[in-house]
Amino acid sequence: MIRLQDINKINDYEWEIPQSYRNDMRVAVRLFVTHRLLEDALGDRSLEQAINAATLPGVMQPVVVMPDMHQGYGFPIGGVAATRITDGVVSPGAIGYDINCGVRLLGSQIDLGAVEPVLSNLADALNRRCPSGVGVAGEYHLKDAELDQVCRLGARWALRKGLATEEDLLRTEEAGCLDGADPTRVSSQAKKRGLNQLGTLGAGNHFIEVDVVDRVFDARAAQTMGLQEGMLALQIHCGSRGFGHQICTDYVQELQSTVHRYGIKLPDRELVCAPLDSPEGKDYLAAMRSAANYAFCNRQLLAHAARLAFEEALAGVFGNWRLHQVYDIAHNMGKIETHLVDGKKVKVCVHRKGATRAFGPGSPELPDVYRSIGQPVLVPGSMGTASWVLVGTTESMSRSWGSSCHGAGRVMSRSQAKREVRGDRLRHELEADGIHIRAGSLPGLAEEAPRAYKDVDEVVETVHAAGIARKVARLQPVIVIKG
Amino acid sequence: MRSGYKEIQHTADWALQVWAPDLTGLMQQAALGMIALMGARLRHDRRLERTIMVSADDNESLLVAFLNSILYEMELDSVGFDRFELKLDGLKLHARLAGAPLLELQKSIKAVTFHNLEIRPVEAGLETTIVFDV
Repeated sequence: MIRLQDINKINDYEWEIPQSYRNDMRVAVRLFVTHRLLEDALGDRSLEQAINAATLPGVMQPVVVMPDMHQGYGFPIGGVAATRITDGVVSPGAIGYDINCGVRLLGSQIDLGAVEPVLSNLADALNRRCPSGVGVAGEYHLKDAELDQVCRLGARWALRKGLATEEDLLRTEEAGCLDGADPTRVSSQAKKRGLNQLGTLGAGNHFIEVDVVDRVFDARAAQTMGLQEGMLALQIHCGSRGFGHQICTDYVQELQSTVHRYGIKLPDRELVCAPLDSPEGKDYLAAMRSAANYAFCNRQLLAHAARLAFEEALAGVFGNWRLHQVYDIAHNMGKIETHLVDGKKVKVCVHRKGATRAFGPGSPELPDVYRSIGQPVLVPGSMGTASWVLVGTTESMSRSWGSSCHGAGRVMSRSQAKREVRGDRLRHELEADGIHIRAGSLPGLAEEAPRAYKDVDEVVETVHAAGIARKVARLQPVIVIKG
Repeated sequence: MRSGYKEIQHTADWALQVWAPDLTGLMQQAALGMIALMGARLRHDRRLERTIMVSADDNESLLVAFLNSILYEMELDSVGFDRFELKLDGLKLHARLAGAPLLELQKSIKAVTFHNLEIRPVEAGLETTIVFDV
């Protein structure tokens, strides 16, 4: 097991596990953490998993780990690994089963004080209109051909149906549609799972949350995003549902048999991979992009449902009840990107698992509205704690593969949380704090208790101080909807 | 050697330690443990059966493929299982699953992972630890 003395301190917010730590490492591991968060990380296997990620063929210097890191399976949550296009691999397990799990943020001009008396109605309307929970189907029952269209069009499918605006798409990573998606590379099992789950939230740590913007740190960036102190905002956190889970499952299983053909040896079978230019690697990328587009569309449909809920609860109560899109961003994704390495442009496949793209000002990938301030980075907290809006920086481009943190990060196992927290008591406590809770499962609520997570403020202070993202605004929850 | 399973600590996901005298017993216990972790309650008034056939290159892959096939059946048709008849022919598994429609499912599992998966021979049989993504 790795020890603190094996890790080199670069500064108060940056540490490194040198390549020499283990013979099979191809590159170093760079950790964006404080001393305290690093000690936390030594308590589970997240660092060992990051070291394993540094053995992937074609991986480039360095593998990066965020302050919200925790132990996952194969690849750590909070990890970023970039592999060379020319001789690198793509690893489905390093992207995760919930492909394009991500966060959407909508802003408003709705003053919390003016709508406080009807927040309970708003919570009910959101809960009714946004299907959530284990095994719950949505209102969109797709035919096979429609599902294929969703795979190819992503959030654009919703635009064609009148369920999105052009601005929604512009303010979404990749405009809500990754090129290169090919549903013929998706199994029939995955497609069956995808037919009835579009427009649903799911369960686990996924949520819809209404927040109030309680503090602005960067007035110019907040104004550009349409975020004002005292006004409501809405977050949607979910992914590609069973469709994406099955695609990852299929390829992790299939690649177990083919990985040996390429002479690749791995320290953990969950890191199974294929060369990016191999038939298997290309097939996985085409299927993964289909799931990513499904997830973009899923969050768009949930945003549409949330807008209807706001209209239902607030029209006639408050003049302008509309929600505008701030941004939609993935935190489980594999993307082909061009980065500057030693002064040269290099094309890489960036694996982000529990890490958010955080492109800095001037990046051509950003919509015009955000090109001068940098990409919005959305960092949800745990129920009852703050969430954050940050922006990517020039430093994130040069030091963390244009990436930043994605949330608070767990510190307590689900079983321990269930033992220590009673769901009904937690709901009562949160409601006493003025947060309206709608939860499908009380044990599920207990598993996601705030104390099961790190302090999101500490995580955000770390990336801010390290320079790989900059604080813009803090949000506090007033309504939480969980499956 | 008795058969059984128990949940073990994992920061974010779920992990299950499973033991049994032989491979089919291990697979059966893993399936029972996984369904118990999900908090599945079955209806009493209707029974149903499903057949699953999977093959793989090694025992660990076979175990993962079997459990993922169960997850697929459970999600697609909202059913659960409580009895398993398993036959192994080399690295091909033929499974008959008996169960019922779900009354309740408290938690869903996204996938069964290969993370550090190894089926280990022990004094009186086999043992393994399986990590689930939840």
